[in-house]
Amino acid sequence: MTPDMRVNLAGILLRNPVMTASGTFGYGEEFSEYCDLEKIGAFVTKGLSLKPRAGNPTPRIVETPGGMLNAIGLQNVGINAFIEKKVPFLRTVKTPAIANYFGNTVDEYAELTARLNEIPEVAALEINISCPNVKQGGIVFGTDPACAASVVSACRAATTKPLMVKLSPNVTDVVIMAKACEQAGADCLSLINTLTGMAIDLEKRRPVLANITGGFSGPAIKPIALRMVWQVAKAVSIPVVGIGGIMNATDALEFILAGATAVQVGTASFINPGAAQQIAEEMEAWLRAHGINDVKSLIGALET
Amino acid sequence: MQFTAMILSNAEVSPGYWRMRMTAPPEFASASPGQFVMVRVNSAIDPLLRRPFGIFDIGTYIPFQSGAAAQPYLEMLYRVVGKGTAMLAALHETDLLDVLGPLGTGFNLGSSGEEKLIVGGGVGLAPLYLLAKELVKNSPVRLFAGGRTKSDILCITEFERLGVECYTATEDGSLGECGLVTEALVNRLDALHATSSIYACGPHGMLNAVANIAASRTIPCQVSLEGYMACGVGACLGCVAPGRDHSTETPDFRCVCTEGPVFESGELKWRE
Repeated sequence: MTPDMRVNLAGILLRNPVMTASGTFGYGEEFSEYCDLEKIGAFVTKGLSLKPRAGNPTPRIVETPGGMLNAIGLQNVGINAFIEKKVPFLRTVKTPAIANYFGNTVDEYAELTARLNEIPEVAALEINISCPNVKQGGIVFGTDPACAASVVSACRAATTKPLMVKLSPNVTDVVIMAKACEQAGADCLSLINTLTGMAIDLEKRRPVLANITGGFSGPAIKPIALRMVWQVAKAVSIPVVGIGGIMNATDALEFILAGATAVQVGTASFINPGAAQQIAEEMEAWLRAHGINDVKSLIGALET
Repeated sequence: MQFTAMILSNAEVSPGYWRMRMTAPPEFASASPGQFVMVRVNSAIDPLLRRPFGIFDIGTYIPFQSGAAAQPYLEMLYRVVGKGTAMLAALHETDLLDVLGPLGTGFNLGSSGEEKLIVGGGVGLAPLYLLAKELVKNSPVRLFAGGRTKSDILCITEFERLGVECYTATEDGSLGECGLVTEALVNRLDALHATSSIYACGPHGMLNAVANIAASRTIPCQVSLEGYMACGVGACLGCVAPGRDHSTETPDFRCVCTEGPVFESGELKWRE
């Protein structure tokens, strides 16, 4: 018997709960040789801004045990080039594409939301209020509940598409942020974005990253992400998407037990560009091996 | 493409420098010089990321079993610099590796007949051997190999066997001319009258010097860059290099892994 892997994420119908995380999967096309996009639930495109952004100087990436730090600085092509050069590919794929984006001001967030709302190829929106690597925007909105709520309300008013908000773990209490976003009109929440970290080169007595600090991701952050997803899923009534160090089906299923309706695979795609597809297939195999006929029965099924 | 390679040999060719041969799928026969592979040194999470390596050579081997068909192999030349490369050096014949490639944009071989000058610093020679192998088919080729000391000058015999005229320079004078390889290059350019083009790979400082030499003499020059990269397929944006007209106002970052690693030196931004 083939288990039912479908989930409904705030109105986005996913063939399975495995999505790819923004910034780790380009605009989808880069990975099409390695990952069958029609075998995953959805993919989230690289964070967009109104204007193209240069990003940070290099080095932008460094590896640490079990993880990596990145300080890309939201380099992206901007909304116009996205529409012109990236959207035509989205049209060819029968998998929901979710656009991740960010602004420097509430008005910019609202304007981008309105622009993206007009693109039929974009199935849903993910607001980035949690990038740790840029001075303006991003994290400012992601660490203050009132600021987060103002961004989410402005975006909510500008779109009829499902609206997902990506939360930062770099806060004292993620539940306060989650509730603020839910009350402001978010349809679902994704967490966690990267944790702020740094690496030092002892011999040079200098930080390794040109930006000094960066966002920490990879398997090392999974326990923190699981804990936050579990806390948030208990506290809100909208669906939650689990992100953080997912490398295999076991990791993904743990997030679902903790309360996630779907998951996003991030850093794993760098190491293995077919990771998301493999995780989706391994999840299905696990359900079959355990005689579970619907993945939805596992959502929040953690016994405590 | 992603494939499992079996190691055929892995040997230290000079202190700290290793040469590894592994099986490759048939598609590798058409890999171009300057392309690279991303290798996962083990399946654990430390080291987590793949490591990029230039393709040193491609060829075919006949397996020991009688009647077996010839199979392609690929070779990498690498320096042990950290945990990942140390693990790689500890691997043996018949061990398996998860490899992604061939990746990136390689060298443009240019027009046949005209002289080609290849400049390599240390392990920067890695992608230049396959290049030389292609170039010697149609053009005279000279190699300028530099390093701190003689043990940094790698695989010169292999280049000589191709018919490449080799010049070496070491900073401590232990082999060839004493000084920087770029000085040896300038001396040679001063003596040359024919048109030539330059191909270079090595430390960024050396590439910068070569790019400036080429620009001042309006000689075509291609450089192969290194970059910290997580993915190798253009997604992480970790490995970017600034293009010629890059500025904060008009950003122009080039992706080393997909648009490069080989660039016309004039397309990039260099220190004067």
